[in-house]
Amino acid sequence: MSDHEYTPSSKFGKWFNDRLPLLSLANHLTDYPTPKNLNYWWTFGGILTFCLITQIVTGLVLAMHYIAHVDHAFSSVEHIMRDVNYGWLLRYVHANGASMFFLAVYIHIFRALFYGSYKAPREIIWIIGIIIYLLMMAAAFMGYVLPWGQMSFWGATVITNLFSAIPLVGESITTWLWGGYSVDNPTLTRFFTLHYLIPFLILGLVVLHIWALHVPGNNNPVGIDIKKPSKDTVPFHPYIVIKDAFALLMFLILFAMFVFYSPNVLGHADNYIEANPLVTPAHIVPEWYLLPFYAILRSVPDKLMGVIAMLSAILILAALPWLDTSKVRSAVFRPLYKQFYWILVLDVLVLGYVGAMPAEGLYLLIARIGTVYYFAHFLIILPVLGLKEKTLPLPLSISEPILGGSPNLAAARNKEEKIN
Amino acid sequence: MRNIFKISTFLILLVFSKAYAAENNAKLLKTDWTFKGLFGKFDRGSLQRGYQVYTEVCASCHSMKYLTYRNLAEKGGPEFSEAEAKAIAANFEVTDGPDSTGEMFTRPAKLSDKFVMPYANDEEAKSANGGAYPPDMSVLVKARKGGADYIYSLLLGYEDPPSDVKLDDGVYYNKFMYGNKIKMPAPLSDDLIEYSDGTKATKEQMSKDVVNFLMWSAEPHLEQRHKTGFRVIAYLIILTVLVYFSMKKIWSRVESKV
Repeated sequence: MSDHEYTPSSKFGKWFNDRLPLLSLANHLTDYPTPKNLNYWWTFGGILTFCLITQIVTGLVLAMHYIAHVDHAFSSVEHIMRDVNYGWLLRYVHANGASMFFLAVYIHIFRALFYGSYKAPREIIWIIGIIIYLLMMAAAFMGYVLPWGQMSFWGATVITNLFSAIPLVGESITTWLWGGYSVDNPTLTRFFTLHYLIPFLILGLVVLHIWALHVPGNNNPVGIDIKKPSKDTVPFHPYIVIKDAFALLMFLILFAMFVFYSPNVLGHADNYIEANPLVTPAHIVPEWYLLPFYAILRSVPDKLMGVIAMLSAILILAALPWLDTSKVRSAVFRPLYKQFYWILVLDVLVLGYVGAMPAEGLYLLIARIGTVYYFAHFLIILPVLGLKEKTLPLPLSISEPILGGSPNLAAARNKEEKIN
Repeated sequence: MRNIFKISTFLILLVFSKAYAAENNAKLLKTDWTFKGLFGKFDRGSLQRGYQVYTEVCASCHSMKYLTYRNLAEKGGPEFSEAEAKAIAANFEVTDGPDSTGEMFTRPAKLSDKFVMPYANDEEAKSANGGAYPPDMSVLVKARKGGADYIYSLLLGYEDPPSDVKLDDGVYYNKFMYGNKIKMPAPLSDDLIEYSDGTKATKEQMSKDVVNFLMWSAEPHLEQRHKTGFRVIAYLIILTVLVYFSMKKIWSRVESKV
């Protein structure tokens, strides 16, 4: 925590703080020394916190009007859209909020990948982040089931059926999850309960995530350790607060454009058809943010292996701090890693695209290549690269590259020197 | 390096989207919808005519179970006067009860009643329509890919089948329908109805009016959404500019850029 002892000025403040150090905590949060060279990719932590609170607040009000019953779920959503005061706004903010949440979390994760934020001493922050991401996916999936449209029902059927791939106990587990012999009312009510619970678990983990962050302090674009507080840092308030606020407002403009002008563009038309267990939609696709993993699932011909591949694709991230053997954090000083990083970004985008397409012909082939490359990136490229790559010389402090311009410029200058 | 990846990503997505577009066989017909755009609003006259098309043509098979007669008089909709909406509702019979003797009874519909459905249940609807269920039209525009353009095209997409396509009895050819086969016969023809406002009832006019009406029924708060949206975004932009300059001022104290 803080390097200096904090004493409240008032007598009552001191009395209270000795018993519950809330004022010390507030002081720590405002004074928290933050690297002054953080770029805008670092503002997504604050944006994500905003997204979580938005989802909880809108979700709370929606839950007051929603009915978790197969006969009433769809019509209660229409009731919210038509008759609840500003119900349309609440629902569109909540539904698009999920997409915005994932957009922000993907930027947040890929920022960590680029700047090596997962490396020592920040492994625990990273692993908590992966757990939050997993819970987010669970919450989003179950939330998508609640309107009880065609995609809700069939998405739930496909995903819960994955558990039946587990040898011996698979079928029993699926029945247990359903609370019956198919996706039905018991499934809907338990999904609603869990959908309500998970955000609060995420909230708790976010506190741990931030706590764990405040022990070593932020990584930064240069990726070197810095002394704190020092001339390389600024206090969190007002410097980072105002910058986060500015970035959040930009993000909100994008958010508002979706909510007010194309609220359904990220959803699927079939979900405005009430669930019908007798009619299967032509293509069952998950929401866009799950598509890369859906592509990985379908690229494996065997069901069980497909499920394992999909889960591994996420869990492998937890091992990343040890798979990446390079001592240098930031990709700015890793010329080869930087290229492989962008190939990975491209690979994930392509996987997402083919995930939305039927699993056949060329699409299936691309999905398979993409899946193999995804795992190769983490299991082969990263471990080998860390040992073989010749990294660029690191600056001694972050003031050095900042005074000479951007970190990229400094890197470029270093490169030139080496060539000459 | 980064640029190469950006360009290649762009190219790959372009190729994919082309391939994807080629999958959907017919290009949808377009018309000038007034509800699109930043300030998009419904054309009141068109909504009222659209309701007339719905009630005189579509409503014999298609329900609209999420709509209430009071909606017809609400702001942002067809905006019939309350007296007109009451008169419209009174044309329909609903079952109410039980009364004090325990009997169910019928009465004319009131503003607070839901739109009366053409069939008692889904099974009756299916059996009356050759096994095909006429979908509820309350949110139909949002339930179809292509939305308003798709429904508009579908209504005008009836054609004689190509020579190599064999159609069963009660199946019709429509170039915009998925698989080109549809169980609904062409519902609209020129001068099928007589508009009470004197507009000429061409097929195109009726299609446009009824799709306008369906768009409203799917998004009854669209006008309010557009209006609020513009204000919210304008507010956010002004606030963003103010915060930007505050940020610049605060950060000018340290020798670093933001």
